[in-house]
Amino acid sequence: MPPLLAVEDFYAGYGPIEVLKGISIEVQPGEIVALIGSNGAGKTSTLMGISGCLRPSRGRVLWQGREIQGLPAHEIVCRGICHAPEGRKIFPRLTVLENLQMGAFSRRDTKQIERDLQRSFELFPVLAQRRGQAGGTLSGGEQQMLAVARALMGRPTLLLLDEPSLGLAPLIVVKIFEVVRQLNREGMAVLLVEQAARMALKLAHRGYVMEIGRITMTDRAEALLTDKRVQDAYLGE
Amino acid sequence: MTSLSFLAAADASGLWETLGQYTLIGLTNGMLFALIALGYTMVYGIIELINFAHGDVFMLGSFLALAMINVMTGRDWDWSDPQMLWLGIGLLLLVVPLFCAALNVTIDRVVYKPLRRAPKLAPLVSAIGVSFVLMNVGLLWGGAADRHFPDLISRQNLLGDDAAIGFTAKDLMVVAITVPIMAALTVFVKATRLGKAMRATAQDPVAAQLMGINIDRVIALTFALGGALAGAAAVVYGLYINTVSYQMGFQNGLYAFTAAVLGGIGNIPGAVLGGLVIGLARAFGSGYVGERWTSALVFVILIAILVFRPAGLLGARTREKV
Repeated sequence: MPPLLAVEDFYAGYGPIEVLKGISIEVQPGEIVALIGSNGAGKTSTLMGISGCLRPSRGRVLWQGREIQGLPAHEIVCRGICHAPEGRKIFPRLTVLENLQMGAFSRRDTKQIERDLQRSFELFPVLAQRRGQAGGTLSGGEQQMLAVARALMGRPTLLLLDEPSLGLAPLIVVKIFEVVRQLNREGMAVLLVEQAARMALKLAHRGYVMEIGRITMTDRAEALLTDKRVQDAYLGE
Repeated sequence: MTSLSFLAAADASGLWETLGQYTLIGLTNGMLFALIALGYTMVYGIIELINFAHGDVFMLGSFLALAMINVMTGRDWDWSDPQMLWLGIGLLLLVVPLFCAALNVTIDRVVYKPLRRAPKLAPLVSAIGVSFVLMNVGLLWGGAADRHFPDLISRQNLLGDDAAIGFTAKDLMVVAITVPIMAALTVFVKATRLGKAMRATAQDPVAAQLMGINIDRVIALTFALGGALAGAAAVVYGLYINTVSYQMGFQNGLYAFTAAVLGGIGNIPGAVLGGLVIGLARAFGSGYVGERWTSALVFVILIAILVFRPAGLLGARTREKV
């Protein structure tokens, strides 16, 4: 059986600046994979490349064995890859409810969407309280919860999660990670980009370490947590 | 001047009657401006382009309406029969907006779309170019002189022949067509799936794509809607003003664009409000100050409002949370 997602020798950049220099990553069905590395290593660009926002200059992205690189972003979503992007990208003048509805834009199953909406409100009760409020008026933590909930509204087979902990209170991060773990138990695969490497590796099954556009190390998450080089560079012992 | 002219307020003698009359004229004309302004504001909202060709799409729409009326009259369409009259207007309001929508979408497809990733100035200058091209198409089609547009709707005062204020069947026609269109647009944008997708795309195109929204299709839809509104405005304008010319797109487009900026460009209720403000300013200006000062007055108001509210009356105050 092919992996759920396979990124193979992926090169991409912005104009003349190449930021991804031959990335290869795999995600198996039902797996949580963490992508760690310092600022500017190309973690966000990797996710953008998978979701179709950044075109490769070389290399392939295989989804369940089929090439998807070069497809427009909106078609990739329809295949079951949902992306909660860096900086949250909440629609500021749509209400919380409308933001969530947009998350389900690629779906037509009205009844199931309604159930998923209720589920989002159960997972993040604060969003239920704020449902009529404009997305731009939420606090940073609330916006992050909305970004995750919105991505989940697409019923992803694979969730791409970019820096969910950035700038948030530890309690909120714990809450978001809890939700991710719970949905993973129900079968959703996750590719998680995080600077908070320790937390990410504790959540993940496997991890990749990224440095200036290349993958430099990959292993089971526990192994990376105890690796001396990883500890020195990213875990701040 | 071939832009909106004003019905004589001859029988409005008293101070209040005059004021009422000017207000009525201002609001009626303002609704027409608003209908055109919506096309500017919706396109700007979604791709941050000022579509200077929009006014000329409106002009070509009025030429098509005139051509249709001439053909229909030639085939013995009886405009004096009320039933045939409204059926005829209904037909114009179906065909002309479709034509303008198709034209607007084609312009986007052929001229603006290839420039989507270019610096903002490139599509802007192209829009001015398209405006000139369409204006010359109009010149070729209808000649340089003002063209008479048949006066199909009665000027009879609905408030009675002796009333101090004139509100004619024609005025009513403007209100009866523009208001439902604006209401329908509001419902569409607020409450439908596609309307929400349109607002989402306007607010964050990248995030909209990540939701599975095909933003190219949303942009085409926006041009279609804006064009259709210009088409409806073209029909109403012809029937109301009774003179069309190849230059009317430029003049009315300028006022409508000003209305859009005044209300807060990109903001739909803002365009309507801006249209009404400009309609009123022009009515009061020509009534109390003198016709030739109206343009100056309109732009003084625009400048004054932008000094105090740079984003326009209802413009979005951008404040992003980190």
